[in-house]
Amino acid sequence: MKTIQELEEIRKSTLERINIRKEREGTRVVVGMATCGISAGARPVLKALVEEVNKRALQGVIVSQTGCIGICEYEPIVEVYRPGEEKVTYIKMTPDKVVRVVTEHIVNGNVVTEYAIGSIDK
Amino acid sequence: MDIFRSHVLVCGGTGCTSSGSQKVQEAFKKHLKEKGIENEVKVVQTGCHGLCELGPVIIVYPEGVFYSRVQEEDVEEIVSEHLLKGRIVKRLVYEESIDKDVIKSLDNVDFYKKQLRIALRNCGVIDPENIDEYIAMDGYKAIAKALTEMTPQQVIDEIKKSGLRGRGGAGFPTGVKWGFAAPNKSDKKYVVCNADEGDPGAFMDRSVLEGDPHAVLEAMAIAGYAIGSDQGFIYVRAEYPIAIKRLEIAIRQAREYGLLGDNILGTGFSFDIDLKMGAGAFVCGEETALLNSIEGQRGEPRPRPPFPANEGLWGKPTILNNVETLANICQIIRNGADWFAGIGTERSHGTKVFALGGKINNTGLVEVPMGTPLRDIIYEIGGGCPNGKAFKAVQTGGPSGGCIPAEHIDVPIEYDTLVQIGSMMGSGGMIVLDEDNCMVDIAKFFLQFTCDESCGKCAPCRIGTKRMLEMLEKITQGKGEEGDIERLEKLALNIKDSALCALGQTAPNPVLSTIRYFRDEYEAHIRDKKCPAGVCTALLEYVIDEDKCKGCGICARNCPADCISGKAKTPYVIDGDKCIKCGTCMEKCPFDAISKK
Repeated sequence: MKTIQELEEIRKSTLERINIRKEREGTRVVVGMATCGISAGARPVLKALVEEVNKRALQGVIVSQTGCIGICEYEPIVEVYRPGEEKVTYIKMTPDKVVRVVTEHIVNGNVVTEYAIGSIDK
Repeated sequence: MDIFRSHVLVCGGTGCTSSGSQKVQEAFKKHLKEKGIENEVKVVQTGCHGLCELGPVIIVYPEGVFYSRVQEEDVEEIVSEHLLKGRIVKRLVYEESIDKDVIKSLDNVDFYKKQLRIALRNCGVIDPENIDEYIAMDGYKAIAKALTEMTPQQVIDEIKKSGLRGRGGAGFPTGVKWGFAAPNKSDKKYVVCNADEGDPGAFMDRSVLEGDPHAVLEAMAIAGYAIGSDQGFIYVRAEYPIAIKRLEIAIRQAREYGLLGDNILGTGFSFDIDLKMGAGAFVCGEETALLNSIEGQRGEPRPRPPFPANEGLWGKPTILNNVETLANICQIIRNGADWFAGIGTERSHGTKVFALGGKINNTGLVEVPMGTPLRDIIYEIGGGCPNGKAFKAVQTGGPSGGCIPAEHIDVPIEYDTLVQIGSMMGSGGMIVLDEDNCMVDIAKFFLQFTCDESCGKCAPCRIGTKRMLEMLEKITQGKGEEGDIERLEKLALNIKDSALCALGQTAPNPVLSTIRYFRDEYEAHIRDKKCPAGVCTALLEYVIDEDKCKGCGICARNCPADCISGKAKTPYVIDGDKCIKCGTCMEKCPFDAISKK
């Protein structure tokens, strides 16, 4: 028999799992998953990203995929759109790099410039 | 815990199931496995989203893409293009929800813009066979609140304050009904849910039961607490096998969690629910006939008083509520009576679910605040009549209701305004009729139904409906006589006054309302022996157009009544007296020279 406390726990943990079904505002993280992206290794990046977001139980973060962004040379590419901020395009991502992006950029708001596309010119 | 980056919601309501959503679900599981992403993408079966016209319906999150008319063959493409590579399959997307390449939020699509889903809140969002998902959406919070923070009287007062009225058709204030049962002293009291939903074309309750069964269970427990009952029954029609299955699963899960049974949530309150299946009788949707059926007797109504709240099931105080009424209870307890009272109009609070059917583009289920004008429902949400046909009337309330003609298209939909114009809200069935429907034929159709379903206990219904039907049959066969309309009206009013239950009392409504607004059609049938809409076959004449007829003789050779005559290369003629109106000649004519008028 469940107590009210136990119901509350079920509510919280299940809500995290089905929260994805609500259309909501928040940070959008888009991973390029076209043929170029996948061959460059985007799937492990996507997996790592999703695991990290779930591990931290981040609210308001939507992870989705997209097709070919055009700069295939720099795949795997991850774009981060935070509300009110300019889009940041991260290039040549790996599972380890994306974890750092989650911690520093998505959670704390600091763009990881060395991974971003602007950095290749420097 | 499994981490899923995407959820694919497949509608598992009866509508989409009949168009193949089970196969689509299996196909998703198969292809996801083949592509190796079955641990990343979760396939969830949900209840009805409402846009039944476009079923099977699939919604993919997190993007919120609404795929419509998805068949088994389409699934591989959706999996490899969208789920694997992120490329949305545009040809399958519901066209209203995509603008060039941007996915519009469903809330902005015409069909959903004016809707407010309260009773249908969880339908299409959660997996109805998973109690945890119901709990995630604040499920079982209301019963916890009622048991720990409110007294039974406070619960009744809250429901009274909300102004919730019965959604089954009669519109009786729910809180008042509960208030009648509560003070009665009895060793046993009962809470009954009327899930018989017999109106042809109505499927509001079905969608709630299939898509959110726990909402009904929790509401019944709250009702039990309010009136002092420990036993509930859900009387569900046997023609709803999916609903029955979902209810059985939900009851079992609720019992496993101790949310039904003894000592719920440790508060000492006990309540359990059992299912009772109907057996195909429309009259068993009438509350006292329903009670007799649960008791094992033939479904026949009882005279009132005494009312069920005082003497109901096995003579004990009983409250009966419709499924949709119950679907509102938990939210009223959680959000407060004022929240509910703030929606809708002064005398009709909240929303109403309608099942749109007939000659309408967007067939399906819609939920709108009370007071929404009929025009919005028909045109903005429903998309108007197909094939450019003119809207003629809408039949509301099924066989107990009346029709609302085009002249009243701006009427706000609520309990009292509809009664004023000769119709009623009923349970929510809305059958749309266009210029090709004959109103006399429609009245006859509904009367055939009620006459068939009459239990026979009282003479006014048993004999009266039969006599009315005979008159209508005469009229549609061209044998109507002067004075028939007046006779129909008189008989109708007599039956309304004297029938024992609502089946008989409302059976004459379709006739009375069609006479009120379409008297000219009745007169055309009776005096001119013509059916203006071209429906009543007995009144149609098949005529060969002389100018178009080439005298080939094909019609005459195919006529089963041998009533077409003529000579080669001259126009043929149909003998109207012998013609049996089968239409074969019209079908066979290669020159389109035969028409019916």
